[in-house]
Amino acid sequence: MNILNLFIIVPLLTVVVILFSKSIKTTRVIAAIGMTIQLLLASWLMYYYLSHFGVNDLHKMIFVSDKVWFPTLNIHYAVGVDGIAVAMILLTAIVIFAGVFVSWTMENLHREFFISLIILATGVFGFFISYDLFTMLLYYELAVIPMYLLIGIWGSGPKEAHAMKLTLMLMAGSALIIAGLLGIYFNTPTIDGHHTFNMYEIARYKIPLKAQRLFFPLTFVGFGVLGALFPFHTWSPDGHASAPTAVSMLHAGVLMKLGTYGVFRVAIFLMPEAAHEMGWFFIILTATSVIYGAFGAIMQKDLKYINAYSSVSHVGMITFGLLMMNATAIDGAILQMISHGIMTALFFALIGMIYGRTHTRNVYEMGGLLRVIPFLGTMYVLAGFASLGLPGFSGFVAELNIFAGAFMHHDLFHRVATIIVISSIVVTAVYILRFVGIMLMGPIKNEEHLKLKDATWYEKLSTITLVVSMLGIGLYPVWLTNTILGSLKPIMLKILGG
Amino acid sequence: MVDFSYTVFILLIPLVVFAITGIWGGRWKPIISGLLGTFGIATIFVMSLYTAYQYFFVVHHGGPYKPIVAMNFLWLPLTEHLHIHMGIMLDPISVMMLVVVTTISLMSHWYSLGYMKGERGFARYYAFLSLFTFSMLGLVVATDLLQMFIFYELVGVSSFLLIGFYYQKPSAVAAAKKAFIVTRFADFGFLIGIFILIYYTHSFDFLQITDPNTPIFETALGKTFLGYSALSWATALIFMGAAGKSAMFPFHIWLPDAMEGPTPVSALIHAATMVVAGVFTIARLFPVYYFFTPKVLLMVGYVGGFTSLFAALIAMTQFDIKRVLAYSTLSQIGYMMVGLGVSHYGGEEGLGYMAAMFHLFTHAMFKALLFLGAGSIIHAVHSNLMQKMGGLRKYMPITHITFLIAALAISGIPPFAGFFSKDEILAAAFLHNRLLFWVEYITAGITAFYIFRLYFKVFWWKDTQYEHTPHESPWTMTVPLIILATLSATVGFVPFSKFVSSDLMPFEPETHWNLVIASVSIGLLGLALAWLLYRKENDLPDRIAKALGKLYKWTYDKFYIDEIYLFITKKIMFNIIAKSVAWFDRHIVDGFMEGVAVVTEKTSEKIKGFQSGHLQQYAFVFIASVIIIALTVLYFIGA
Repeated sequence: MNILNLFIIVPLLTVVVILFSKSIKTTRVIAAIGMTIQLLLASWLMYYYLSHFGVNDLHKMIFVSDKVWFPTLNIHYAVGVDGIAVAMILLTAIVIFAGVFVSWTMENLHREFFISLIILATGVFGFFISYDLFTMLLYYELAVIPMYLLIGIWGSGPKEAHAMKLTLMLMAGSALIIAGLLGIYFNTPTIDGHHTFNMYEIARYKIPLKAQRLFFPLTFVGFGVLGALFPFHTWSPDGHASAPTAVSMLHAGVLMKLGTYGVFRVAIFLMPEAAHEMGWFFIILTATSVIYGAFGAIMQKDLKYINAYSSVSHVGMITFGLLMMNATAIDGAILQMISHGIMTALFFALIGMIYGRTHTRNVYEMGGLLRVIPFLGTMYVLAGFASLGLPGFSGFVAELNIFAGAFMHHDLFHRVATIIVISSIVVTAVYILRFVGIMLMGPIKNEEHLKLKDATWYEKLSTITLVVSMLGIGLYPVWLTNTILGSLKPIMLKILGG
Repeated sequence: MVDFSYTVFILLIPLVVFAITGIWGGRWKPIISGLLGTFGIATIFVMSLYTAYQYFFVVHHGGPYKPIVAMNFLWLPLTEHLHIHMGIMLDPISVMMLVVVTTISLMSHWYSLGYMKGERGFARYYAFLSLFTFSMLGLVVATDLLQMFIFYELVGVSSFLLIGFYYQKPSAVAAAKKAFIVTRFADFGFLIGIFILIYYTHSFDFLQITDPNTPIFETALGKTFLGYSALSWATALIFMGAAGKSAMFPFHIWLPDAMEGPTPVSALIHAATMVVAGVFTIARLFPVYYFFTPKVLLMVGYVGGFTSLFAALIAMTQFDIKRVLAYSTLSQIGYMMVGLGVSHYGGEEGLGYMAAMFHLFTHAMFKALLFLGAGSIIHAVHSNLMQKMGGLRKYMPITHITFLIAALAISGIPPFAGFFSKDEILAAAFLHNRLLFWVEYITAGITAFYIFRLYFKVFWWKDTQYEHTPHESPWTMTVPLIILATLSATVGFVPFSKFVSSDLMPFEPETHWNLVIASVSIGLLGLALAWLLYRKENDLPDRIAKALGKLYKWTYDKFYIDEIYLFITKKIMFNIIAKSVAWFDRHIVDGFMEGVAVVTEKTSEKIKGFQSGHLQQYAFVFIASVIIIALTVLYFIGA
């Protein structure tokens, strides 16, 4: 059996076992065991990849297997991963691991909650291990649907409306993606009378430019909605604000990356000619996302809204990097997917923990929290530093690559766009330090807060996991960049060769 | 060949101390973190001295002092040929900086054992000091521009953490934020400068770009933008980063506020080491500036000259002793920039370069001493304000004498250290740029005046009645003062030009006796004026201030630069841009999306005639119809 299938089987088994669980205590232990196994598997996979491919080796897909499961349309269950997918799988495993511990005291309908959460993660894992476009889409939908339930049932505030908004906007995105994928499918050459959904088969062939011009924007915007592309980002602040903590973590940390990953693998990889031709328009949109999100964050009051706008800015940087169409910037964009995934998961985890104590997410009602909850406060400051791109954390490495790659273009348009995007590092510093200053520093505003208790062991475990991951990339990034750059080599041939 | 690979421990030890103290320090007795930090720094201080000895006397005895890369490893590959390395480069200025940083850091660590005793967060304080020392050392030994940029950021964040050490004090939080954001803005320019340089030269390695005969700048010099070569833009933007860290006008606003941090931090970071990072950066890239973009180098000189005069004027009117010292720091760094700005290359011609580095070296000693002395005063009086002081010489003899030595040193009175270095900067300016010479000459007089105004107001003036009788500080604080005073009195005799020069060759500078006499007399003049006005309590200073009217008020209010910044950030950035983005997003963008949803819902009600309320059903219908549309489209475009 293909080892990659374990990434689907382990969570599904976990779900089945949870069905028989009677109390929150057993449920969470089962979930924790399942996701620990998943994290170990993902780490092993990364280790395996690193030990097999050096810097100068030819990077190949590993653990490839391919079975037809719907012959009429030639849909395959095709799995196999390259270094980029391995990195994304590791990210997902880290975030879901941390997410389970963050939900440690989810008493309400605990079985259903953990089942939905793990199914969501399963969809994400399935998406990353597959390379058949249709199967990927199915997994994608598998991840989006539990989201509605998770927010609608376990959320807070006007949760139904927000869940509906989020789901509808993402569904609209899916609709565009389906249209785009079908367009790609029908434009591939037929083998034995069949078109193909196999990503790598399609990549060998140049889709006619006329079709690319139609389907590149469709897939870009379709996946872009999930990646909070301006102006389709408005589901993000509302959705995150209503979602329970672990869901926000997974959603901003991983699910938004499905969008950018799709932009990369489908829109840009399969239709590079259109990407070169029409890129300018999307560069404007993504550069706008970056600056707009950053400025949008400054005047917010709700911690989750701050982080949602901040995510619009940071994820905009990913798509911006992808559109720069060179190895350095794309390497940076992929690093940013991982980096932002971990960082934003940490932010949402901490916001959840702080909210659980203060019962408010309004920053102006808090103050001086560093004194009463030093551990959580310090972690929040660290997440802030990562967010503003401080060297030593993964965000700096990612952003530096994106900026350096983007600056390699000769024309004024790219230059100006790049400088505008780089200027966001100042704005980010402004809002991060502003909110750290208001919430954590200064005198204590609310006497009640003096009684707050600092982190419990499971809160420590989940936040430390995330911080260590950020530092692991930020302090010594070569292992990850080698993996990504190596896997990018064949992809860049296609992207630049067109 | 001597193996310098042990120098990696000079960086590793403070990093490890930071990590250990940061994680576990809170659980120990406070003194353990203090001692661990101090011994860590003491170790690397000895190692730095040993390195300096090896470098100057064993390996390169008598020069030329060739750079040595002691260690280098690949940190991040940007492209196949462009790699960021982390490494240690030893050359005269980096070795000198190793000694300066570790010396002042050791003094601050030691002094803090007494000064910070009993403070909440003692372990955190020492952890941050170690982090800062690590970052600063990483900056000075950087082998390429991006390594330098990385450590610029780390230095910035350790400065943020230390300024905001008293994080429950709103003013400290505001000052920390301001320092970080202003320098971040400057670093934004720095980064773009680096990118422009990389774009045209495909290199950011110091050894390659600082070779005077390098051909790699040809394309960068050929391209012009708005009348200046691309390389000029690059070096000007790099100077922007340097000006941010060194608090040159108009980025100077963060430094006076940074005095909110504990005083030993002000001595270490905001007087002796971090704020000279900008000067160091220009010195590091000096051949690039001098040979390829001389106009930018001249600009460096003018910015430095303006800042030194501007800051000295403000320093004359301030009453917070730490702020006087902060403006004095700005002014003295301005001197260093002038030294670099007027310098030429090679031997006597490169006097300015040598003098700037020399002044950096001596300034670190006497300015750290001034700050630590001020700390000792504040410790005794519990106030920063001159109005609450006076007659302290009777209570604090050691602080008094050491402070006097530092004041004489900064005023350029021989034989104290500042005299030698400042005199050489004046000589270099006199030889190459008369305008800057006169600016600096006048500033020298003002310097002597404001520092002795401070000295007399604090130690003489009148016999102030104190609530608690002030007493001399404990030995942990006075011993560093005595050591630094000894250094301030003697380091001027170091034959600096034998070690540091623009072309790495030792030389013997001429002595310009007329300049020596002129500069000493203006220093004495400033001193005498201060003596007349402030030796004994009188109302003459107030009357002069009144007579000056607006002029005095403008200077006292620091020429309203802070207000301009406040206007830009609060009014424009927050109120106009950020608020309108937030409103636009909620009402226009999201409003439009909501509108689409409402229309869709209404239409589907009309057409389908049923409303199940089940999201899944809606979604299914939606997707199915899109598929049908898509297929139709495909059919027509002939797929």
